[in-house]
Amino acid sequence: MIELHNVSKVYPNNTKGLNNINLRFDKGEFVAVVGLSGAGKSTLLRSINRLHDISEGEILIEGKSITAAKGKALRLIRRDIGMIFQSFNLVKRSSVLRNVLAGRVGYHSTLRTLLGRFPKSDIELAFEALERVNISEKAYTRADQLSGGQQQRVAIARVLAQEAKIILADEPVASLDPLTTKQVMDDLKRINSELGITMIVNLHFIDLAREYATRIVGLRAGEVVFDGPVSEATDERFAEIYGRPIQQDELLGEVTTA
Amino acid sequence: MMKNGTTVIRKPRKNPYRWLIYIALVLLYVWAFSGVPFTGFKETAGQIMRSIVAGIFSPDWNYVYLPEGEDLLRGLMDTLAISILGTVISAVICIPFAFWAARNISRFRFISGSGKMVLSFIRTFPEIIMALLFIKAVGPGSFAGVLALGLNSIGMLGKLYADEVEAIDPGPSEALMASGANRLQQLWYAVVPQVLPGFLNYTLYRFEINVRSATILGVIGAGGIGTPLIFALSTRNWPRVGIILLGIIVMITIIDLISGYIRKKLV
Amino acid sequence: MKTPLPTSAKSAIHPSKPPTRMKHGLTAVIILVLIWASAVQTEASFSKLVIGLPNMLDLLRDMFPPRWSYFKNITNGMLETIRMALIGTTIGGLLAIPVAVLCAGNLMPSRWIYFPARFVLNLVRTIPDLLLAALFVAVFGLGPVPGILALAVFSVGLIAKLTYESLETIDKGPLEAMRSVGATGTQLIIFGVVPQVAAQFTSYVLYCFEINVRAAAILGLVGAGGIGLYYEATLGFLEYDKTSVIILFTLAIVLVIDYVSMKLREKLL
Repeated sequence: MIELHNVSKVYPNNTKGLNNINLRFDKGEFVAVVGLSGAGKSTLLRSINRLHDISEGEILIEGKSITAAKGKALRLIRRDIGMIFQSFNLVKRSSVLRNVLAGRVGYHSTLRTLLGRFPKSDIELAFEALERVNISEKAYTRADQLSGGQQQRVAIARVLAQEAKIILADEPVASLDPLTTKQVMDDLKRINSELGITMIVNLHFIDLAREYATRIVGLRAGEVVFDGPVSEATDERFAEIYGRPIQQDELLGEVTTA
Repeated sequence: MMKNGTTVIRKPRKNPYRWLIYIALVLLYVWAFSGVPFTGFKETAGQIMRSIVAGIFSPDWNYVYLPEGEDLLRGLMDTLAISILGTVISAVICIPFAFWAARNISRFRFISGSGKMVLSFIRTFPEIIMALLFIKAVGPGSFAGVLALGLNSIGMLGKLYADEVEAIDPGPSEALMASGANRLQQLWYAVVPQVLPGFLNYTLYRFEINVRSATILGVIGAGGIGTPLIFALSTRNWPRVGIILLGIIVMITIIDLISGYIRKKLV
Repeated sequence: MKTPLPTSAKSAIHPSKPPTRMKHGLTAVIILVLIWASAVQTEASFSKLVIGLPNMLDLLRDMFPPRWSYFKNITNGMLETIRMALIGTTIGGLLAIPVAVLCAGNLMPSRWIYFPARFVLNLVRTIPDLLLAALFVAVFGLGPVPGILALAVFSVGLIAKLTYESLETIDKGPLEAMRSVGATGTQLIIFGVVPQVAAQFTSYVLYCFEINVRAAAILGLVGAGGIGLYYEATLGFLEYDKTSVIILFTLAIVLVIDYVSMKLREKLL
């Protein structure tokens, strides 16, 4: 469970990233966060695992405050929160397997990870994760030889190997073509339903949000302007979130229904 | 031409100070050439030149290997050893310097700026002068050469390493941080794999330079093939000069080939 | 698609084994042996360094404060150094132009020309400048002329190498256009090639000048003129406070020239 209490974020140049946000995400939810670019979607996500520090308020993960956590305690909380990025953030020159194993380093002593001695169980876990996203045959390939969709699936496998209880996905499909977009979203949905991992996904395409999420949070200028089930997220409500009617480039199109 | 047209296309005016620059250049060259005494060549120049060329084409093959030592092979080996050790020392020492000087690692600009300044200060120091200083410390010989190359190469390698560190993608570090990795783990799993091939590439490049430098360190007594070469030159032993030159050219060519091959595979 | 694969199928899908650790291990062993052998050969010892360090500190202490009055004795040497670098770079730069053209694979009709040309260029580039200077001193006697020649030869090697590499990356379009209007080989180079590489070439010449100023400052060690002559004079008489003046003066000049040259190169590109 994730709770945000009165969370605000002011950037050094005095622009407001987030403004007094109160949200609660329960275990197993699939939440889509929508809004215009610059509405604070990314800031919200990065505040949850404290890649960004917030200026005011408090964020609790499973009852523990990540806002107050320091050092080891902070790293332990982060270990339970996986993150998926728009640009995949893989080490391109390393093998797929090594990239996935990098998700395990939080579980071991620094010395052990520097020597690269992962236990057998970790390697099995990594392979299981790769199989779950159907890419295990690429385990020893260098990451830069994979296509964008494959790289994102490796990034998902990394989060799975991390045994995260929550996954934050920041525009996970923004640099993918429509077909691979569907595959990656299917993977996320399956992980959500089969493993019960809480999923919070920033999305640009509103039809994707409607199709995959169970709940939609709409942000506008750093404030929550919509929070409810997909059934309530009508075109009119979206128009309110965006402050204007929906435009064609905010719809992915037919591929999702194929 | 201009009679019927109302629009006249003018040639764009060139920089009016252009001729000033030309005059300054001409004066510079007049100054430069007037100061050099081009007269007074040794009359023997042509003859010596011929002797050297003859020496290179009829080298003293016996010098390649002498049982009692002090031969070409041992001199070249010494040169090679100096450059290997010097390169390794600098490749290790310059790593902290590189991270110090990399803009994306330190929080404040003046920290990386000061690192860059230290590196460029080291770079401006000629290695042969450094060798002179180290000879005072550890006595003449190869070890002084090693230390001079080791210290001097830090300037250039540190700069190149820092450039490499500045070019890394911060994404993987962020991903590692998000998964609960500490600073050291982030460095090892996200930064090192990105910079390692570049580091190795630059190290080999510097090694190629260091082999060349090591051949001349002997001129001031810091070991290597330079010492017998200077000796052969001053005793006018041209066949020996020939074989030593040949040895240097062959060694450096082979090393360039090997190093170039490895570097091509790295990238 | 979602069902986990049976264990028997796993091994078929995994490309059998990870790449062996053998290769890495072997590389590490070779490198360690090389380092160890080099240390033995050069009689490197940490203790020698530690014992010797106080000597070096003494030396540094003797160097300070620098005897600034020595400055006026060496200004002529420094000017000569700059002259040598300037003339050497100019001669080298001019000679480098035809050499670079000969080495460029896209401008020469046959590999029978550019391969041998590159081979000779690479041979020239193996000989360090100080060594060239020592050779030329033996031929021509002491003074700045052998130094200039050494720098010129060195500059040809460096500038020609850099220039032919940029020649090979030029845009072919203008060349084809020139050919189609019936240009001769020389016209082709003047109108199709020169405008494309002129700025880069100038930048390489400036870069080479920077290197040559540093080189010219030490050529005196083998008697080839310039400020380097004064090192032996002062070190021989243990006048380290004078040596430090030479070093500081050289550093200052090098930094100034580097700065000016860098600014010029930034403007060019």
